[in-house]
Amino acid sequence: MTPGRLRNPPPGRPVTLDAPLLSVRGVRKSFGDHLVLDDLSLEVRAHKVVVLIGASGSGKSTLLRCIDLLEDIDDGVIELEGQDITDPRLDANVIRARIGMVFQAYNLFPHLRVIDNVTLALRLVHKNPRKDAEAEALAVLERVGLAEKAQAFPDELSGGQQQRVAIARALVGSPAVMLLDEVTSALDPELVGEVLSLLAELKGTGLTMVVATHEMGFAREVADEVCFLHEGRVHERGTPQQVLENPQQERTREFLRRITG
Amino acid sequence: MSAPATWVPSARQLERDAFRRTRAQRSTGVAVVSTVALVAVAWLALVSSPGWPRVKASFFDWDVAKASFPAVLDGLWLNIRVMACSAVVIVIVAMALALARTLRGPAFFPVRAAATFYVDVFRGLPLILVMLLVGFGLPGLRLQGIPTSAVWLGGLALVLTYSAYVAEVFRAGIESVHPSQVAAARSLGLSHGQSLRHVVLPQAVRNVIPPLLNDLVSLSKDSGLISILGAIDAVRAAQIETAHYANFTPYVVAGILFVLLTFPLTRATDAMARRSGWIGAQSTIAGSGALR
Repeated sequence: MTPGRLRNPPPGRPVTLDAPLLSVRGVRKSFGDHLVLDDLSLEVRAHKVVVLIGASGSGKSTLLRCIDLLEDIDDGVIELEGQDITDPRLDANVIRARIGMVFQAYNLFPHLRVIDNVTLALRLVHKNPRKDAEAEALAVLERVGLAEKAQAFPDELSGGQQQRVAIARALVGSPAVMLLDEVTSALDPELVGEVLSLLAELKGTGLTMVVATHEMGFAREVADEVCFLHEGRVHERGTPQQVLENPQQERTREFLRRITG
Repeated sequence: MSAPATWVPSARQLERDAFRRTRAQRSTGVAVVSTVALVAVAWLALVSSPGWPRVKASFFDWDVAKASFPAVLDGLWLNIRVMACSAVVIVIVAMALALARTLRGPAFFPVRAAATFYVDVFRGLPLILVMLLVGFGLPGLRLQGIPTSAVWLGGLALVLTYSAYVAEVFRAGIESVHPSQVAAARSLGLSHGQSLRHVVLPQAVRNVIPPLLNDLVSLSKDSGLISILGAIDAVRAAQIETAHYANFTPYVVAGILFVLLTFPLTRATDAMARRSGWIGAQSTIAGSGALR
């Protein structure tokens, strides 16, 4: 047993609409000699969608993994609902249960049916009885339009359907924030739309999201704020119009030129 | 790159590091204390048992251990030689069996069926039965050129049984290589055999090295079974010494020697498994340690 560990501590202060739901301040992370996040700061307010853009290796994925406590940061603070979640005294599993993460390659459990993928955390982490968990999971699967696939195995689904199941899996348990890491990069072009329109729909329900993506159309339509990451820092930030239509930084212009061809 | 070479950890980070260090020290302390306590309890239970003085005299006699050691060590040398020679033959036979089982096409049906039958039979037969049947049955045929020494017959029995097991390990390795690798190799114009030799087998063998070493550890112990055919290996030598001194200590000596023999093998298995990600793959998720 690890001593000195608080379980389920209450958030530090009440969350108001103008206080950031998620606050990343001065985060530094390196892998060996390679500095991936360099004094990076980011704020996400409740019900807002922040889109991270930037070249491969600019730190988008690492930032999301650090927020989900899948990586230990080297320095800085990450606060969720006013609580410093990087405090090693806290039970990281309790924190992770408050964050929904969706991976690029879906990462569904291939040996479990769709319904069991979605109920796993409800049963094991939130300790819901199987019946309640399945009712909630079915409701969420309904929201992503896959209730009729509940008994299927992941490999019987298309990539787009698998990614929607992964989104449902992250959604159950009502996380405070959803982190989406290039969730359409592994999909065939004709399947990208169904996932992106689901995300736009979820935004309509007031979900807070941090989305790393290369889909500029999605960023333009859904983002409240776009952050351009370069060499582990937020190089430029603003509304989609500001960053995508009228970028101020040369690096941003160069990046946008390269991806639009 | 704007990486400042002069990064100084913040006070918060230093505090976090200090807390993690304290916690690590505390868990080390708990581990040490609980290990010592456990060993002490086990030792006390052993020493305070009513029969301990007699067991100690007949199993842990230092003088008998010293006197029997050379003979048992001599026997162990036979075990090592039998193990090393049969291991080489086992790997060759097993690879042939595994390849025979992966052959496709109706023309190869007899080969495939024979290999499957062989593996089924020798995986199903207890090693000790194979040992007895080969050891006493083969010489009974009185054929010319068939070895009659217990060592050769025992080695043959080991090869027969273990090649069936190891063939299955190889086959699992071959099937663990993704079909897309074969597709890529064939797309370059490599033949079936060339793809196997240059693309599939190198990956397959690397994947199954930990289970192969596991079988080698097992083989090193089972080489002691040749003693039932009369070969004077470590087990048989210990038996002779035990009868001579009317004391069981030589068995303990042989046991310790076998453990010492397999110890480097098991450590090597662990090290290799760790390197190929069989153990500790989780720890790569969060850099250095396990996820908190």
